[in-house]
Amino acid sequence: MAHTPPRTRLGNSRMKINHARHIALVLAFVAGAIATFAHSMNSRLIVQSTTSTDNSGLYLHLLPLFKEATGIDVQVVAVGTGQAIRNARNGDGDVLLVHAKSAEQAFVASGHGVERFDLMYNDFVIVGPADDPAGIAALPDAIASLEKIARAPAVFVSRGDDSGTHKAERALWEQIDIDVDAASGDWYRETGSGMGATINVAVGSNGYTLTDRATWIAFGNKAQHRILVEGDPQLFNQYGVTRVNEQRHPKVNSADAVIFVDWLLSEEGQQAIADYRLDGQQLFFPNAGR
Amino acid sequence: MSSFSAVMEAAAGLIISADADLIEIVLLSLRVSLVAVVCACVIGLPLGGLIGAFRFRGRGLLTIVLNSLMGLPPVTVGLLVYLMISTSGPLGVFQLLYTPTAMIIAQTVLVTPIIAALTRDVIDTLNTEYKEEFDSLGLTPVQRIAALLIDARYRLVTVALAGFGRAIAEVGAVIIVGGNINHVTRVMTTAIALETSRGNLELALALGVVLLSIALIVNASLTGLGQLGRRAGD
Repeated sequence: MAHTPPRTRLGNSRMKINHARHIALVLAFVAGAIATFAHSMNSRLIVQSTTSTDNSGLYLHLLPLFKEATGIDVQVVAVGTGQAIRNARNGDGDVLLVHAKSAEQAFVASGHGVERFDLMYNDFVIVGPADDPAGIAALPDAIASLEKIARAPAVFVSRGDDSGTHKAERALWEQIDIDVDAASGDWYRETGSGMGATINVAVGSNGYTLTDRATWIAFGNKAQHRILVEGDPQLFNQYGVTRVNEQRHPKVNSADAVIFVDWLLSEEGQQAIADYRLDGQQLFFPNAGR
Repeated sequence: MSSFSAVMEAAAGLIISADADLIEIVLLSLRVSLVAVVCACVIGLPLGGLIGAFRFRGRGLLTIVLNSLMGLPPVTVGLLVYLMISTSGPLGVFQLLYTPTAMIIAQTVLVTPIIAALTRDVIDTLNTEYKEEFDSLGLTPVQRIAALLIDARYRLVTVALAGFGRAIAEVGAVIIVGGNINHVTRVMTTAIALETSRGNLELALALGVVLLSIALIVNASLTGLGQLGRRAGD
């Protein structure tokens, strides 16, 4: 070394050694932490799912039964149907469990999915404030009630997030001659969020919204809101299950995915779905028809 | 909407019952955010020191960029990291998506500019004070940065705490790259988001109170350690 700094408070060599030791310790800590996280992350089974099946507690009922039967751990990523399909298209999941049949069929047709199966159903309901400002409570017909909401106009809160529920809601509006996009921000409000967040907005703004029944029953912040319209065949809500195609996405855990989908469609899996109750009510009705 | 006292009661209940799920979530939150802050310090301290201690072309611009990056939206960071580590992304082969490692990466990206920018500010001030002494000693650049960082260590603890505060409180990035998977990647903030979306507002707020308490404990311990060190150093 050409120039050795004299001992001062800032330049002393003992401190430098300490400093080097600190850095080494920190690096070792980081490496160790990452190593512990990285282990055993292979061969896990990831389900890209709609939110209603998760928020309603269905997976907490089903997955332990599946684990008992097969020993396989399932990890659920619960996002809207639109995002779940996009994630699965990127190969970031092994099984897709959502509720938008045409989008699921497109997913299979484009080669990302293997085959789509009907799994179970429930229904959508229109919920709104108990005093029902648009006066839709007595109507048996979803289309007529949306029309009344629009004519009033009363606040209608939409998911606005390309989810299965959002697609179902838009399909209903398309049957009426009302341009909801023009009313967006006025009486038609798009949250761009999940079902629960959207119900929270509907409750907070005294508005109506379309929700699947399972999320509604499980929802904890109903306040004065209640179900106003139900039972219309147009409000049928079909859930489907699809394996992600391992030929398109080689990283897919297809062995476990086959076992999981087979179990869901089997008598045992279907019975487990039918057995799930919340507040004494059955939330999902199996219809795999195998 | 329930009263504030009901929320505090629920929070106290959560803490006292020491529910196994809650402990798991709290520990994962701490592991992810603490490791992210350590990683961010490993990158951000020398970087901030370098920009703070030396004058070079583009330094002003770099400072502005660094300061602006402190405002990086977590959701944007989450999306960027998702695109990188998604199975079809450039780092897809490592299969990091939906793991705590992915969450650490995202929070490191989020926190590093904060550490670097605040360190630069601290070191810049300190450097003005010591400049002549350094010049007379003829220290190498590395020695100079190391000396400044060591001398400023107590103030840099506060810098690290600012980074930790950002990491432990953000939800936008970890919910995208972690997926909020039960028992795998669910942390305090994503659990709060989940309970809010379930309409369990009381439980969500109670979790928020627990999160705040943990941040308080971490801050108090580090500040206490810093004071102990300062006393010992005097």
